[in-house]
Amino acid sequence: MYDGAMGPEFYNAVFTMHATIMIFFVVMPILVGCFGNFLIPLMIGARDMAFPVLNMLSFWVGAVSGVVMLAGFFVPGGHAAGGWTSYAPLTAVTQYTGVNWGQNLWIISLIILGISSLMGSINYITTIINMRAPGMTFFRLPLVIWSLFIVAILLLLALPVLTSALAMLLFDRTLGTSFFLPAGGGEPLLWQHLFWFFGHPEVYILILPGMGIASDVLAVFARKPIFGYRAMAYSMIAIAFLSWIVWGHHMFQSGMNPALGTGFMISTMVIAVPSAIKTFNWLGTLWGGSIRFTTPMLHALAFVSMFVIGGLSGIFMASTPVDIFIHDTYFIVAHIHYVVFGGSVFAIFAAISYWFPKLFGRMMNEPLGKIHFWLTFLAFNGTFFPMHILGVGGHMRRIYNPLQYEFLQPLQPINVFITVSALVLGAAQLVLVVNFFWSLFAGRKAERNPWQANTLEWTAPSPPPHGNWGDTLPVVYGGPYEYSPPGVSEDYLPQTQSRVPHLAAAH
Amino acid sequence: MMSWLPENVSTYGGEVDFLFYLIYYITGATFLLVTVTMLTFLIVYRRREGRRATYSHGNTTLEIIWTIVPAIILVVLSFMSQASWARIKGHAPPGDVEVQVTSKQFNWEMTYPGPDGKFGTGDDVTLENQLHVPVGKVVRVHLRSKDVIHSFFLPNLRLKQDTVPGREIPAWFQATRAGKYEIPCAELCGFGHSGMKGWLYVHPADEYEKWVKERWPSS
Ligand code: HEM
Ligand SMILES: [Cu+2]
Ligand SMILES: [Cu+2]
Repeated sequence: MYDGAMGPEFYNAVFTMHATIMIFFVVMPILVGCFGNFLIPLMIGARDMAFPVLNMLSFWVGAVSGVVMLAGFFVPGGHAAGGWTSYAPLTAVTQYTGVNWGQNLWIISLIILGISSLMGSINYITTIINMRAPGMTFFRLPLVIWSLFIVAILLLLALPVLTSALAMLLFDRTLGTSFFLPAGGGEPLLWQHLFWFFGHPEVYILILPGMGIASDVLAVFARKPIFGYRAMAYSMIAIAFLSWIVWGHHMFQSGMNPALGTGFMISTMVIAVPSAIKTFNWLGTLWGGSIRFTTPMLHALAFVSMFVIGGLSGIFMASTPVDIFIHDTYFIVAHIHYVVFGGSVFAIFAAISYWFPKLFGRMMNEPLGKIHFWLTFLAFNGTFFPMHILGVGGHMRRIYNPLQYEFLQPLQPINVFITVSALVLGAAQLVLVVNFFWSLFAGRKAERNPWQANTLEWTAPSPPPHGNWGDTLPVVYGGPYEYSPPGVSEDYLPQTQSRVPHLAAAH
Repeated sequence: MMSWLPENVSTYGGEVDFLFYLIYYITGATFLLVTVTMLTFLIVYRRREGRRATYSHGNTTLEIIWTIVPAIILVVLSFMSQASWARIKGHAPPGDVEVQVTSKQFNWEMTYPGPDGKFGTGDDVTLENQLHVPVGKVVRVHLRSKDVIHSFFLPNLRLKQDTVPGREIPAWFQATRAGKYEIPCAELCGFGHSGMKGWLYVHPADEYEKWVKERWPSS
């Protein structure tokens, strides 16, 4: 057998921990944790979150969860190696993977993270319902707040399902129960049902904040009202409802009754519709705009186009017969990364560069920002697009050495190309790190509203002091996307500005 | 025209490939439509001195169109897919040949019922990682697993089905061409997952007869 620098056991632990850390400890904490906490009070006109102490608890419990997850790297037997989806019975019995405490710590860490998320989501929901400034009706909320509101509800309802499933898995491992072990009368597929009942809402937890961020950034830099604001809000609500009835599309080939597969195929096809609606509305927002290609805008545009590719590849997998062939191949890996990297991570980049002046009172460096964008955009596509071709060639995911298979030999040059692109993609992130820290200390000082945006956060000082605003809280007179309105000499109209009568009537 | 998919040697594989290419053309056209529109807007509506953005909050007719059209396409795709899905994974036709395939870390065990056609009798033969079948016949596979979940993958026959401990899952295929094809395991099943593979030998009728004679000389 091929002997690389890392053995197959370690390789399995590496891809397991890559996905686990990226999903639970990078994308969720940054998008929902950091930006949620920062943006919600500022954008709804509140001084703080509803329960500051609960908020702090949520943070520290989350930190403990992170430490427990990291501890798993140092225990004998290595870290969890059953994939981020952790399918039982592989993960339910130590001898199947040879991993004992690594898997236990993985489970315990995510149980703790579930508690942190529960506290956070209750706080988000309460804050958005109760603490909106005078005049800030639901349909005057920026879409990014809508998205975080919906995400908080999904978190509140989905994470406990994972927590319960994890507890059952831990009991199977340590207390001798048999929830997922057929020898004791258990059912392996139960794990998959529970995991994906959480898992599919989870993928929307990862993408919805990105959709909100992209909407806000596109409107600001196209200097146009968002096209179809209500359609945008309603389609996110539709996604939130539908995301509970599509989990079975991860289980088409699992041995689940094929008739159920048909039902899940139809619901999955239907959930693609709100995604299509959002895409067309983003295009509508660009139409007739006066577009500025700033760094945040470039990332938001990348978000839209990469999300389109990820959504379209989802349709292949939603078709049950096509999924027979591409399930568990690199096609799935391509899909995941187009939505989570092309979607969520580009949204994170857009958010960092857009709100950096508000967060730290300084501007980020534009040329460095653009270099980072272009390198990332090109290397991202170089890394993940060819994975579609691998998948269509039948290349399985999660295999240590494709050269063990004759039918995969011809695909090897693609693997090599992907490796090189991935190295470039990783290296490109150094530009972001340099820009971030350089701008933190030496960036040009930012005024209150450097992008000439309408939403409330831009009426607070940069960075906002404790309590966000001085003595008086802002009062809201209109929607968040009044860009280039007639009868106003500037091309924007902040939400706090009172309207001339005939305009006020329209909103 | 395109040859990304490995060679198809299965009776129903053509249906899978047809749906794949159909979706490929539909999504490809959608992608082009969206991308070209976006790039056009980015160029035409880039910032220029003296031009102010159009003040518009949307258009209900457009919203209705771009909700209904994708919905119709997707529902039609669902119905087309459903027919093939039912044929492939629904009720299998009666098998000319029956085989039990049992997965275990990290092997496939193929059990043949022998001349009596019954499993669990004295003339059963179990081979590791070798699946011998005749060309052009319906092969019914009874999938089981001894330990964890594996996935029985026949890329060239467009068949993939997980094996689940505690269950017996039926699957079937009918090969259209003789040859030797790989049987990888497609579901992560432990440190030996990579390299867990067997071979499918699709024999022409006479060669298959010969193989049976050699295995069960008494009959
Ligand atoms: C147009 C909408 C979408 C459709 C139709 C769709 C469809 C699917 C289907 C059918 C699968 C299962 C494929 C298989 O394993 O055989 C899948 C997997 C996946 N999807 Fe999507 N998807 C969509 C959007 C998204 C979004 C927005 C995200 C996340 C931000 C996402 C993240 C994932 C992930 C992470 C997996 C793989 C999980 C794993 O097995 O590790 N998808 N998708
Ligand atoms: Cu899903
Ligand atoms: Cu296996």
